[in-house]
Amino acid sequence: MNGNSLLSAFEQMLTIRAFEERAEQLFYQNDVRGSVHLGIGQEAVAVGARAALRAGDLVAPTYRGHAYALAWGMPLFAAFGELFGRAIGSNRGRGGSKHFADLDRGVLPANAIVAASLPIACGTAFAARLDRREEITLVPFGEGATNQAVFHESMNLAVLWDLPVIFLCENNLYSEMTPIARMSRNVDISERARAYPMPSAIADGMDVTAVAEAVSGAADRARRGEGPTFIEAKTYRFCGHMAGDSEPYRTKEEVAEWRNRDPIDKVRRELQEKGRTSGELEAISQTVSTAVMEAEVAAREATLPSVLDIGLGAANWMEVER
Amino acid sequence: MTSLVTSPTRTLTYREAIREALQLEMERDANVILMGEDIGDYGGVFKVTLGLLDAFGPERVIETPIAEAGFVGAAIGAAIRGKRPVVELMFMDFALVAADQLFNQAAKLRFISGDQLRIPLTIRTQQGVGSGTAAQHSQSLEALFMQIPGFAVALPSTPSDAKGLLATAIRSDDPSIVIEHKMLYASKGEVPEGEHLVPFGQAAIRRVGSDLTLVSYSRSMQTVLGAAEELAASGIEAEVIDLRTIMPIDWDMVLESVGKTGHLVVVHEGHRTGGVGAEIAARVAELAGADLRAPVGRVCGLDIPVPYAASLESAWLPQQPDVVRGAKRVLAR
Ligand SMILES: Cc1ncc(C[n+]2csc(CCOP(=O)(O)OP(=O)(O)O)c2C)c(N)n1
Repeated sequence: MNGNSLLSAFEQMLTIRAFEERAEQLFYQNDVRGSVHLGIGQEAVAVGARAALRAGDLVAPTYRGHAYALAWGMPLFAAFGELFGRAIGSNRGRGGSKHFADLDRGVLPANAIVAASLPIACGTAFAARLDRREEITLVPFGEGATNQAVFHESMNLAVLWDLPVIFLCENNLYSEMTPIARMSRNVDISERARAYPMPSAIADGMDVTAVAEAVSGAADRARRGEGPTFIEAKTYRFCGHMAGDSEPYRTKEEVAEWRNRDPIDKVRRELQEKGRTSGELEAISQTVSTAVMEAEVAAREATLPSVLDIGLGAANWMEVER
Repeated sequence: MTSLVTSPTRTLTYREAIREALQLEMERDANVILMGEDIGDYGGVFKVTLGLLDAFGPERVIETPIAEAGFVGAAIGAAIRGKRPVVELMFMDFALVAADQLFNQAAKLRFISGDQLRIPLTIRTQQGVGSGTAAQHSQSLEALFMQIPGFAVALPSTPSDAKGLLATAIRSDDPSIVIEHKMLYASKGEVPEGEHLVPFGQAAIRRVGSDLTLVSYSRSMQTVLGAAEELAASGIEAEVIDLRTIMPIDWDMVLESVGKTGHLVVVHEGHRTGGVGAEIAARVAELAGADLRAPVGRVCGLDIPVPYAASLESAWLPQQPDVVRGAKRVLAR
């Protein structure tokens, strides 16, 4: 990545980190309902992928999808608004943390059924191919999702139909509370791509530039009409599976070791090597904190959705009266 | 329904009527695409799509691998991006293989997104007993689609309705399922030429009567109309309503008829427990209980899986004598 892209990646990663840290606190304060799945530590994957794609390309995230929505430009105000269940929330208060959607910016509704977004991503890519549009759909998912039947169905469809879709596996080593080694005999999940057969790559998911390079190669192939690519980004979440996870399944040492590889610190070091001063970088960090704080305050003050907007229009056939 | 403009009709089979709707909608709108197993050269297992691959080419008639969740999901994605996919699920039973995509995805994504997207998806499938297809290829599962909000559910009983309901489904901007009946494909009827749309939520009175209301849909309509003639021979005049869609249901027509007759029997192939008849009985009791002069009766498929042997299968299915008996029982109370 060149200096400017790296600087903007730095700012995006800081924004996502600050948003998610607030989301976690808000959950503990009971300001956020349900469950919150954070990707703290995994920011380089979403941001690297975004940097390699164009405006207009789609993303079909999972419940661990805040980073993708924000990287695709969803306003912080709409994100906090959705967490708070406000009318100005990205989904008008109907979805919450697991379902951020912003169709105008290319963010399909984040999906809370493991692997369900994969065939849907094949479908959006299929529509683009039929309409001869140079549009790519990126579909991120965890390594656990690769044991679902629809994962295999989607990989096969994508190859069979030469779909402009990029399968981005965020291998964070655990699906919920279980290490991947207890669920699959594949050491590298990307080995599975060969069966379809689909080209694949492994990227260091803690390095935004490495992710961007891998996705960029995949995007070039897709835009040339050469079909899908599977990318396995080796990454790690510093937080639990969900806010409130007591994390008995891994050691503090393991977490500390991965924290030493914090993708944001890495970008900060790289920017300094490229001549950015720590003062400059600190100023960016301050701007981000202020923006996040202001968005949170504004969203909290926003009005609740009208019960008339509970969504009875969401299927014409739903009955109105009780 | 009487229509002011009567387009000329001719006799078609149910199968031909469905094919005509597909063809006309594909000619009308280039975004209409077909997806499903064996639907190309072979024309689908029930030959409904025969000839459409030749007419429209492989970008409009898309043969899929045997991956129901995968291709229903792909149809949802394509629909979100402006296509109007018509997916053939070879047997209704296979909807269960695609259940997540149907019920958690298609039925919900517009809602979840805060109405940022629409899913103009049509599922075409067939169900029902009659040819010995046994427990995994005979189920009538329409009640599932009625129970989970998000789909319009049509069950045509005639070739004309098969054409008109399918055309309406394809033009709808939200998910619909058109459930055909495997024993009706060869049945014949008058079908309007050219554009023919049957709106959702408009039932049809197939026989006028004043003693009792019989409500049904799909192939059970034939049984019910036969039973109504048999009842007439013993002096009982049944009003027969063909619901045509069970989501939405034409409650006005059902309630008006019950207001007149005071007696209601619902007939369908699907299981009795938790079935469409249960919903109709409950709703009529809630909204017009005072009009009822006897509790609502139900004549349904048995609450066991569908058996194979012809003798067992016909015992499983509600037959004309069952409907006659059910009607007389309600009238005797
Ligand atoms: C079909 C389905 N099964 C189970 C769950 C519960 N669940 C939520 S997240 C998760 C783990 C998924 O792990 P992985 O795919 O590796 O993604 P990660 O959460 O690590 O990002 C599970 C089992 C679910 N949401 N959907």
